[in-house]
Amino acid sequence: MGKRIAKEVSIAVAEAVKQCRVDVIAAYPITPQTHIVEHLSELVANGELDAEYITVESEHSAISACLGSVATGARTFTSTSAQGLALMHEILFITSALRLPVVMVVANRALSAPISIWNDHADIMAQRDVGWIQTFAENGQEAVDLVYHAFRVAEDRRVMFPAIVNIDGFTLSHMIEPIELPDQEQVDQYLPPFKPRYKLDPRKPISIGPVGIPEIYTEAKKAQDEAFKNAYRVIIKAWDEFEKIFGRRYRPVETYRMEDAEVALLIMGSLAETAMTAVDRMREAGKKVGLVRIRLWRPFPLRDFVRAVKGVKMLAVVDRALSPGATGGPVAVEVRSALYQVPGRPRVVSFIAGLGGRDVTVEDFEEMADKAYFYLKKKPKESYEMIGVKE
Amino acid sequence: MIEVRLHGRGGQGAVTSAELIAVAAINQGKYAQAFPSFGPERRGAPVQAFVRVSEEPIRTREKIYFPDVVLVLDPSLPSIVNVTAGLKEDGLVILNSHKDEKELREMLGGWRGRLAVVDATKIALEELGLPITNTTMLGAFLKATGLVDQKYLEEALEERFGRLAEKNKKAMARAIKEIKIYQ
Repeated sequence: MGKRIAKEVSIAVAEAVKQCRVDVIAAYPITPQTHIVEHLSELVANGELDAEYITVESEHSAISACLGSVATGARTFTSTSAQGLALMHEILFITSALRLPVVMVVANRALSAPISIWNDHADIMAQRDVGWIQTFAENGQEAVDLVYHAFRVAEDRRVMFPAIVNIDGFTLSHMIEPIELPDQEQVDQYLPPFKPRYKLDPRKPISIGPVGIPEIYTEAKKAQDEAFKNAYRVIIKAWDEFEKIFGRRYRPVETYRMEDAEVALLIMGSLAETAMTAVDRMREAGKKVGLVRIRLWRPFPLRDFVRAVKGVKMLAVVDRALSPGATGGPVAVEVRSALYQVPGRPRVVSFIAGLGGRDVTVEDFEEMADKAYFYLKKKPKESYEMIGVKE
Repeated sequence: MIEVRLHGRGGQGAVTSAELIAVAAINQGKYAQAFPSFGPERRGAPVQAFVRVSEEPIRTREKIYFPDVVLVLDPSLPSIVNVTAGLKEDGLVILNSHKDEKELREMLGGWRGRLAVVDATKIALEELGLPITNTTMLGAFLKATGLVDQKYLEEALEERFGRLAEKNKKAMARAIKEIKIYQ
């Protein structure tokens, strides 16, 4: 079995990538992701990891190199944050549409301006529609485990889509905490070698990425969409298999103290741990508050989500990104829409919190839950509300 | 759960100290988190680092606002940084200083709570030949809090510093012996 060690989460993620026996890493350093690729470059330079480390001049080049690398059948990894992810944007669509399973860890960070190196989810929310599988880690253990899972799912021939594992910048990436790193044998058992059906090979030439004239573009997109939705089943099975080998169980949506909950906080990422502490305190005070955490953001696990919030009167969605002028934070908009057709659906209130590294405390979560209770009686004036604004 | 805030100057190893405490605690079977004050840091400027140690899994990602223990690596910091800010009333301040108790309490704005002092700069100069006090202050931390075992801290030092660990272990041991604790 694996060994429980104290590691900075970024370093542990890099070690997990190494255990996945990647062939190619192409990355451009950007805070707070830097420690991940820094450590990987050390592993390659020391000969501990037999991989090609391609240094590039920008994130646009990094993801372009990764795309080309996977197309030749090489297991490929990259990592970025914030503006770096934004610079990749154009190529992210191409990677998924060409069914090239790059795996990327995003250490989530706010987008400029003002310049902020600190954590929120603005970077990844701007990439909602790129067609990558997207998961959010709650803690260091999950960050590591989701890396193994990402490779396994992405490269599965029934899937063949790139995948992003989101870890909160600093609050998770720079945290030293206990992590169980599995044995190499376990990882090898879980993750078979990457064997794509088609690959770029000069001995057997093929074309990848030709033009899609109007007569076929819609069909190509329909095929992509069907395949993406079908990835859900493989994602679940890969978690089942993960549990068998590593003993840890993951589901697309997690709940905490949701039995008889009237109000539920909904969040993605590492702040769910702080929210749990808030839920414990409120339960002690007799308030029927629970917590729902979405781990799998794309493809959106509609049925799991609807089941998780059944019976709840008010759902307080805590978004870590702002969608200016929208009808709520990006997650709130998504779940409102998901619930619209559900009979007896809970009401949804949208909170925006923790932008650009602003701490979200236990008290902040209690405040949001209290407000959610209040809004059961009195409709909120605004369609979303920012928490912790100094006035 | 015990929450610790470390004060140092950039380059003095406050972050490393925080990490070593967490490593020792985790290897001892406890739960811990260690983290820097997120953001740009400059050599010589006052910096902070943080540790949580608990017998139970830690379920919070908040910053530390109300520490139980404050560990100060640099003797000049208490007069320029409010090192007792947010410190719990029954909390503990651990200082690196050659000054006496009365003088130090005045410097801390009349702090009446628990105080532990060791002249870590002197020890570090004698044992390491450098005024880098972070490993010496770990000895002070260990003795004053009892939060981690010496054995696990020594192992963490060995893992981190390799052949330099011996000197650091000696400095740590001297701090354990020479520390003065005032209730």
